[in-house]
Amino acid sequence: MKYSGIVYKFADNVNTDEIIPARYLNTTDPAVLGRYCMEDIRPGFGAKAVKGSIIVAGDNFGCGSSREHAPLSIKYAGIACVVAVSFARIFFRNAINIGLPIVESREIYEHINEGDTLTIDLDQGKAVIGAGSPITIAPFPLFMQKIIEEGGWLPYLLKSRTAQAERLK
Amino acid sequence: MGMTLTEKILAKKAGVAHLTPHEFIEIEPDLALANDITAPITIDEFEKVGGKKVFRPECVFLVPDHFTPNKDILSAEHYRKLKEFAAVHQGVHFFEQGEVGVEHALLPEIGAVRPGMVIIGADSHTCTYGALGAFSTGVGSTDIAGYLLTGKAWLKVPPTIKAVFTGVMGPWMSAKDLILLFIGTIGVSGAQYKAIEFSGPVVDGLSVEGRMTMANMAIEAGAKNGVFVADDKVEAYLRGRTKEKGDYLTPDKDAVYERVVVIDVTGRSPVVAWPHLPENVRPAREGGNVRIDQVVIGSCTNGRIEDLRTAAQILKGRRVAPHLRCLIIPATPAIYRQALEEGLFQIFLDAHAVISPPTCGPCLGGHMGILAHGERCVSTTNRNFVGRMGHRDSEIYLASPAVAAATAVTGRITDPAELMK
Repeated sequence: MKYSGIVYKFADNVNTDEIIPARYLNTTDPAVLGRYCMEDIRPGFGAKAVKGSIIVAGDNFGCGSSREHAPLSIKYAGIACVVAVSFARIFFRNAINIGLPIVESREIYEHINEGDTLTIDLDQGKAVIGAGSPITIAPFPLFMQKIIEEGGWLPYLLKSRTAQAERLK
Repeated sequence: MGMTLTEKILAKKAGVAHLTPHEFIEIEPDLALANDITAPITIDEFEKVGGKKVFRPECVFLVPDHFTPNKDILSAEHYRKLKEFAAVHQGVHFFEQGEVGVEHALLPEIGAVRPGMVIIGADSHTCTYGALGAFSTGVGSTDIAGYLLTGKAWLKVPPTIKAVFTGVMGPWMSAKDLILLFIGTIGVSGAQYKAIEFSGPVVDGLSVEGRMTMANMAIEAGAKNGVFVADDKVEAYLRGRTKEKGDYLTPDKDAVYERVVVIDVTGRSPVVAWPHLPENVRPAREGGNVRIDQVVIGSCTNGRIEDLRTAAQILKGRRVAPHLRCLIIPATPAIYRQALEEGLFQIFLDAHAVISPPTCGPCLGGHMGILAHGERCVSTTNRNFVGRMGHRDSEIYLASPAVAAATAVTGRITDPAELMK
């Protein structure tokens, strides 16, 4: 899987109240969740984000609430992938479960600027900033990669259940 | 090689003799919960993939506590969705207004939580139940949908940080101060992906409610779960609430901890987490120049009867500062009733405080006490991120019920010792 897009850079500890404030949690409408992504720290971000762009952030991205609305709002805002130095654990599992690609990399964060173009190749385990030299990125455990490839936890679960049922026949 | 308490609970559930950190396991949790914000996505996802039958409905708890009593039409529609789902899938627990309370206060109260259980919840403060010696962690709506379909969940075994609390607490210090001091020491990502095992003479001396306050905020240090060894206090707490026995596991003497953090509380005083991170912890007595507009006493962190009794002790015979709003939110109907019967409401009403029905309400900026730009709130809740309780230019200071009540009287951040000489 390959992603390439312009980068929006964020700091450490971007939390779920900032990613999608609670006043928008009475809806699951993708248009609303996408529109108000990051609204209290970058007003208008969700409305203006370029489709296929990439968020690059520091430590502990997505800390705070378990709200699945957080990775959903990022996905609905058109972001293709999130790169962070580290992820808060509930956001991490939510992103995997909904099929939002995420990458852990300190190197990318330290060398990238807002507006740069970032290309990520998850199969090769490499990323490139603009026309620079490749940065190595560590792959996730196999079953997590499979979950992302299937599009999320439920498609993966159902596929493995069907596979099991077939083996039992 | 010995196991920590978290490793032991998970190993038993996974049906293996031994587990080490970083292993991935697929297990069958004993209980799953979701609320009025997270369950709508769970239900949609379950139905989207053709889910027809809930795997073990008696293990599923739908608790509408965040935006209830329904704050607007959209929230009312979500409430209705949960109610209708529970009606269709007989056995799923749903709590109507009049029974429902803040989920992490309600579930222990009704005896749904026992030592040794494995609990997943679509709410980050699900870690609260570690106070009763359970493994309990926050997950997402889709995880709960997966549980409805198959009864299964995936988990990575976390390494454990041992948190040891020693010394003697100063006047008016409580469990909230202990956990704030801990988060202030290791930072909001200091326990990222870890289990926290709380121990030491100071926590042994805490009531079960106090331990719930601490376990509740394990997530604020980035932890996966926070756990206490269940002892005779837990046994006493559970008497009358459930007939089922729990599994009173203990860590092995040769358990391997990734890190040991010792917090000596001798000489300390009540603390406050300044905006905008729970790790921004300083003594309350340094806040005398900070003018406060609102105080909130409630939530899954500090909305239980002992918290309300402490607040009443300080508010008795006093009045809330004229410019300030003091909102008191008993976390469940039973706590509400008990506070009423103990005469606490008389004290609160005489003090010109506001008594709210059980709800999460203002904690996450939902309703029942939102902040305007420039306003400041001292709150017994668990997060003070930007915009958490209202306008992005408002501020939240996290504190114990004692500090919150003292602050309500003076109108500025106050150490209770100053007021209660």
